[in-house]
Amino acid sequence: MNCRAEVLEISVEGRQVEEAMLAVLHTILLHRSTGKFHYKKEGTYSIGTVGTQDVDCDFIDFTYARVSSEELDRALRKAVGEFKDALRYSGSDGIGQISLEFYQKKKSRWPFSDECIPWEVWTIKVNVVNLANEQERQICREKVGEKLCEKIINIVEVMNRHEYLPKMPTQSEVDNVFDTGLKDVQPYLYKISYQITDSLGSSVTTTMRRLIKDTLAL
Amino acid sequence: MDTDLNSQDRKDLDKFIKFFALKTVQVIVQARLGEKICTRSSSSPTGSDWFNLAIKDIPEVTHEAKKALAGQLPAVGRSMCVEISLKTSEGDSMELEIWCLEMNEKCDKEIKVSYTVYNRLSLLLKSLLAITRVTPAYRLSRKQGHEYVILYRIYFGEVQLSGLGEGFQTVRVGTVGTPLGTITLSCAYRINLAFISTRQFERTPPIMGIIIDHFVDRPYPSSSPMHPCNYRTSGEENGAAYPSVEDSQEVCTTSFSTSPPSQLIVPGKEGGVPPVPSQPAHGTQADHERMVMCTPLDGALYSAATPSSSEDTETVSNSSEGKSGSPHNLLETIFVRKVGAFVNKPINQVTMASLDIPFAMFAPKNVELEDNDPMVNPPDSPDVESPLQGSLHSEGSSGSSTGNTHDDFVMVDFKPAFSKDDILPMDLGTFYREFQNPPQLSSLSIDIGAQSMAEDLDSLPEKLAVHEKNVKEFDAFVETLQ
Repeated sequence: MNCRAEVLEISVEGRQVEEAMLAVLHTILLHRSTGKFHYKKEGTYSIGTVGTQDVDCDFIDFTYARVSSEELDRALRKAVGEFKDALRYSGSDGIGQISLEFYQKKKSRWPFSDECIPWEVWTIKVNVVNLANEQERQICREKVGEKLCEKIINIVEVMNRHEYLPKMPTQSEVDNVFDTGLKDVQPYLYKISYQITDSLGSSVTTTMRRLIKDTLAL
Repeated sequence: MDTDLNSQDRKDLDKFIKFFALKTVQVIVQARLGEKICTRSSSSPTGSDWFNLAIKDIPEVTHEAKKALAGQLPAVGRSMCVEISLKTSEGDSMELEIWCLEMNEKCDKEIKVSYTVYNRLSLLLKSLLAITRVTPAYRLSRKQGHEYVILYRIYFGEVQLSGLGEGFQTVRVGTVGTPLGTITLSCAYRINLAFISTRQFERTPPIMGIIIDHFVDRPYPSSSPMHPCNYRTSGEENGAAYPSVEDSQEVCTTSFSTSPPSQLIVPGKEGGVPPVPSQPAHGTQADHERMVMCTPLDGALYSAATPSSSEDTETVSNSSEGKSGSPHNLLETIFVRKVGAFVNKPINQVTMASLDIPFAMFAPKNVELEDNDPMVNPPDSPDVESPLQGSLHSEGSSGSSTGNTHDDFVMVDFKPAFSKDDILPMDLGTFYREFQNPPQLSSLSIDIGAQSMAEDLDSLPEKLAVHEKNVKEFDAFVETLQ
């Protein structure tokens, strides 16, 4: 099975990074989250309800709908916050990318740890621009809002191709497919990583470090 | 085609399509209400959350949708369309978007109805939630209020796109294949809105006489009435929950199976059609107050007027033609007196003694009845404008508010700012024209400038000498600044 990879690119001003990333990530996760599963006897299950809420951006003329789950929002904000700080303090010329990867766990026998097999990866490439005056900032607000509208349409188009999705799991397998740790919704298992391209052009990958850590942790 | 689908699956599919259509309409209309939508996630499934999504049901919208569908389902050649349009306070209207739920002939026989189709319809609704925030009409709908409102209309049949103007764009929300055909949800939207959104809808007509050619008459009469997209029921200011859906909807499928056979479908009962609330008529400030007073008698009342400011703008009349509500009409005739702007006291307390009308000092003393005062009871002609406005537009007018010579109408001799009636008796328009092109400053005219330049150059050495003498004073001054 091949992993589906989608790439989105956007140029934003520094203070817009957080909101733009949250808008895109939340839109993807809206499509990739279900209600909580409740398994019953005879192999049946019922699904909880996913609520949605609108979020107005402060620095962009844009509103997006996200899943009503504070836990999920906090997790995304944490990841995006780290990405934003890394972009700001890395001394790079403001180019970086953040990746949202959906994966399935495949149990392996001891002593090997579980395998994580990605089935969909969304990569958002960000280019941070610096603007000179308020008028340019105002134009940027509108332009970035329009760009985000295009990105949402792109995301929706991919989602509705109805390509591979993991099979609905049995109760014993549900943790291999979904993140069941949240109390109100159940997104597919996902992980977020980012890369900052420094001014020399070489990339400093945080994912590599994490992978090594995970493998050593067993 | 039907032989491949067993009766249970067929029944399920019809039910799914029906409720999908109803939920689609709810999502679209709610996204054009002008406010942010928020629903809660719930880990325990309830019987009324179709497609596992918390989408509230506005009863009126459900009623309209059911009325348009009239027991049918979207099929080939029969699409369900939701038209979103904008109506200004002047009464001009313009179509913004058409959302279409269509069915084509391309069938997917292999697909599992109760599972895959259901989940894909759920995904499609999520996509609709995302896309409705992204089309240009969303930002317009968030700013609706005094100058314009957003209306919706549901119709069933052939899609009519001609009202969208030239060069409209289409965005496809998504498709779901079913054994009976492929469901497609798309939106066609007007793109030349940039002019509308940046231009502030001024209450006064444009001075330069810009012709707005977007606002054209509808090419064909609407087959169904338009409805406003902003709903307020009494006591719902904080966006509290809408009436529960149990009485008006079937219970939806809530159980799924990891293996094909077992399915629990609770047979639902379809409740009665919810009572049709009456539509309000006009939206001036007094009317808004009036509607609030009417509410306890009327039951659920949907106000079309957003809470207006104290200025006497005319808000839009959004009523659908003569809906129910003869009781409501009766109530309307009782409270016929309009309260003008700037009037702070309740109606029955305004007496002649406490003349609280604006510009009272300018009004001639023979105004006996409040009814005759144009500020309190303005004439119904569409030419009503502020006096200021009137004189801007007319040549050499005397500054009266309109040219109306109605007997009850009192001419107010309005004295505009800057006018001195002892020296220059003029109206604002004349004043404006006269002082629009002031004469050139004499010091800036070239001949004199050339002469003074030469004089300046000659006197320069003397001036320098004087300044050099006063160097110490200048230095002391500079030090005080630091």
